[in-house]
Amino acid sequence: MYAVEMQHITKRFGHFTANHQVDFQVHEGEIHALIGENGAGKSTLMRILYGFYTPDAGQIYINGREVKIQKPSDAITLGVGMVHQHFMLIPPLTVTENIILGKEETNRLGILNLPLAAKQLTELSQTYRLHIDPSAKIEQVSIGFQQRIEILKILYRNAQIIILDEPTPILTPQEIDDLFKVLLQLKSEGKTIILITHKLSEVMTISNRITIMRHGKIVGTRETKSTTQTELARLMIGEEIGPPISKRPFIAHKDILIMEQVSAKGDRGVLAVRNVSLNVKEGEIIGIAGVEGNGQSELVQVIAGLRPFQVGEISIGSHSLSPTHGHQALAHIPEDRLRFGLILDFTLQENLILGRQQELRFRHYYFLQDSETRSYSSELIHSFDIRPEELSLPARNFSGGNQQKIVVARELSKNVPLIVASQPTRGLDIRAIDFIHNSLISERNKGKAILLVSSDLGEILKLSDRIAVMYEGEITKVFLTADTDEREIGMYMTGAKKKSA
Amino acid sequence: MLESILNIAFLAQSLRISIPYALPALGATFSERGGVVNIALEGILLISAFATTVGVFYTESVLVGILCGISAGILTALFHSIVSVTFKADQIVSGIGINLFALGITKFFCQLIFNSSSNSARIVGLEQWTFLPALPILGNPFLFCTLFLLLISHFTLFRTRFGLRLRAVGEHPEAADTLGISVDKMRHIGVLLSGAFTGLAGAWLALDQHSFTDGMAAGRGFIALAAMIIGKWTPIGAVAASLLFGFAESLSLVLQEQSNVAQLIQMIPYLLTMIILCGFIGRATAPAADGIPYEKESA
Ligand SMILES: Nc1ncnc2c1ncn2[C@@H]1O[C@H](COP(=O)(O)OP(=O)(O)OP(=O)(O)O)[C@@H](O)[C@H]1O
Ligand SMILES: [Mg+2]
Repeated sequence: MYAVEMQHITKRFGHFTANHQVDFQVHEGEIHALIGENGAGKSTLMRILYGFYTPDAGQIYINGREVKIQKPSDAITLGVGMVHQHFMLIPPLTVTENIILGKEETNRLGILNLPLAAKQLTELSQTYRLHIDPSAKIEQVSIGFQQRIEILKILYRNAQIIILDEPTPILTPQEIDDLFKVLLQLKSEGKTIILITHKLSEVMTISNRITIMRHGKIVGTRETKSTTQTELARLMIGEEIGPPISKRPFIAHKDILIMEQVSAKGDRGVLAVRNVSLNVKEGEIIGIAGVEGNGQSELVQVIAGLRPFQVGEISIGSHSLSPTHGHQALAHIPEDRLRFGLILDFTLQENLILGRQQELRFRHYYFLQDSETRSYSSELIHSFDIRPEELSLPARNFSGGNQQKIVVARELSKNVPLIVASQPTRGLDIRAIDFIHNSLISERNKGKAILLVSSDLGEILKLSDRIAVMYEGEITKVFLTADTDEREIGMYMTGAKKKSA
Repeated sequence: MLESILNIAFLAQSLRISIPYALPALGATFSERGGVVNIALEGILLISAFATTVGVFYTESVLVGILCGISAGILTALFHSIVSVTFKADQIVSGIGINLFALGITKFFCQLIFNSSSNSARIVGLEQWTFLPALPILGNPFLFCTLFLLLISHFTLFRTRFGLRLRAVGEHPEAADTLGISVDKMRHIGVLLSGAFTGLAGAWLALDQHSFTDGMAAGRGFIALAAMIIGKWTPIGAVAASLLFGFAESLSLVLQEQSNVAQLIQMIPYLLTMIILCGFIGRATAPAADGIPYEKESA
């Protein structure tokens, strides 16, 4: 008997089929990984199991019994819980309010008993070592904290079947370790876990079995013990990934981005970027390494003109930036694509030329040039493999990975000398990552200056010509990539080693 | 000059003017906290004032009149919530529609029942209902009722399960939905509550004036909406802002008597609104999903 069995599930959006005749089985008490390319239909399948979407066809069995899951409350009653790819937290409410919402502790008159709830939550968080502060407001807490809240939401409802939709890309390595400890503890209590992720190394460490999806269909299920990363990758994308394109030696002369003694405040009003001086030359990728939350995000926002800086000077090319005004002198792949990278209700086509609508190419006097924009967009969709290829679909309706590709496609096609890429491959599948890595290298080979921020040290080491380590808002060290290694960078990242005297 | 303000009559006047602002403003906090903008308050006021007049006219009972007013308020609000919550239509358009509809239908029935499209017959008012016959306004049950509703509203919104769910639905309907809360149901209730509160205000208007007159809402619904916004979507703030408007308006009434630029002075309350909105309150933040229909599977 399976804890979860989904049979012949089909789900269409308009005339696009996101899930086609899907059969999916999960044993009780296992950690089951669900993998597949961006847009393969993983989130859709899980949202069906959670009652958020209703399937067009198919049956669902929970613990062997056929069930109708028409809305999330049905799923909750059946003991199914889900952590969504994009968190479902309500910013102005407190942590406690967010967790108990929908299953509130009240007296007979419906009056909330928040102290009791807070006490229960504290106990629950101690049992699973998911440290939280029940009275904090969501808008004040870190991403890792937010995820702990999401998990507690599920545990508070006493779910036996737990779905996690890509929980790891936004976490630091330490937080991922902690998360996996919690998952193992839950498994040892007999709970069933379905984990969606793109990182095959994670799949191999934590899962018992793996199901692979491709283009809305299941292509296979494997025992983790008896498979390899290579086999999984082949099943996922149907081909092997080639070696990365090579870097052309580039003798750089000109500094493109020049920062002198820049300091800027973070959201909480204290200095988040301290005294940063850094130059990026043409034809060079500089990687910023650092544990998340050490000022990298703020630094990128300052360069992109999204955050004022208090002291220092920044110039891009010959253009010097005002401390308080935005500008358009660079291509920017923002960390938070939903807020800064896309207008979710605009179509794919509109998002692909966003910010460039003034260019003569895309307009005819005061009117948008639809035909030109259309052919330009089709080109981008093709070369960046954005799916589905529907120009008039709102950005909101693309899968997480495809949304990221939209932003990357638009930004990398701008004709500007500087590219600032913040977590450019977060949430992407291996083929898309490979594609974006190659694109960045080829832009570099064309002579562009690239500033790369990533929490994935492997990515930094693979792409960068030089690596700058950020710790507590300062750049504590700049290496030539050839002269260093993971271990040495790690010491600077954690502050074990500081500025060389 | 000063003594014309610092007296009981002036206070009573201010309170009297505030009531039909405060009640709809309180109601609107429920609607908007749940994510539905309700500019139909104006039309609801008018329809419920008319319903009250008719109720009292036929039964001679103030209580029946009030019940008629509240029911008419709820029914009109139901129309708004069906259009904008069930059918996800634009909330502003629905509100404008109701306001225009209210003007027409009240006129029509006024003609039919009272043989005049501009005035009803005179009805009894709240004379026998006051606790303090010497000071009819301060002893007025509506005043106590408003105060009571203020306390209840504040408590409901911030201390109960219902209030928590309503706020959740107005801030982030998708999140509430994933936790098994019915977004539409909560939004319907929020809108209906605003209808009930506004219906009560309509009853007050009719009873206070002893009749229905054409267009008697006279922008009060919109002022109530402004009060709710200035009060930052909180019951206490909404009522405080309503009192401020009531005070400003009765000030302008006093000044009008003593001056020859009456029309200019009439603008005081509205100027006050603008100034407060621009400067003193700071940026008011609406519930994040206020005014946005919730649809999850748009394809
Ligand atoms: N509401 C919707 N309307 C139209 N199309 C949709 C909608 N939701 C999803 N899709 C489409 O269905 C496909 C599957 O999406 P889904 O989110 O399930 O992918 P995924 O496997 O989770 O990918 P990722 O790894 O990028 O998150 C995508 O091509 C997406 O564009
Ligand atoms: Mg997904």
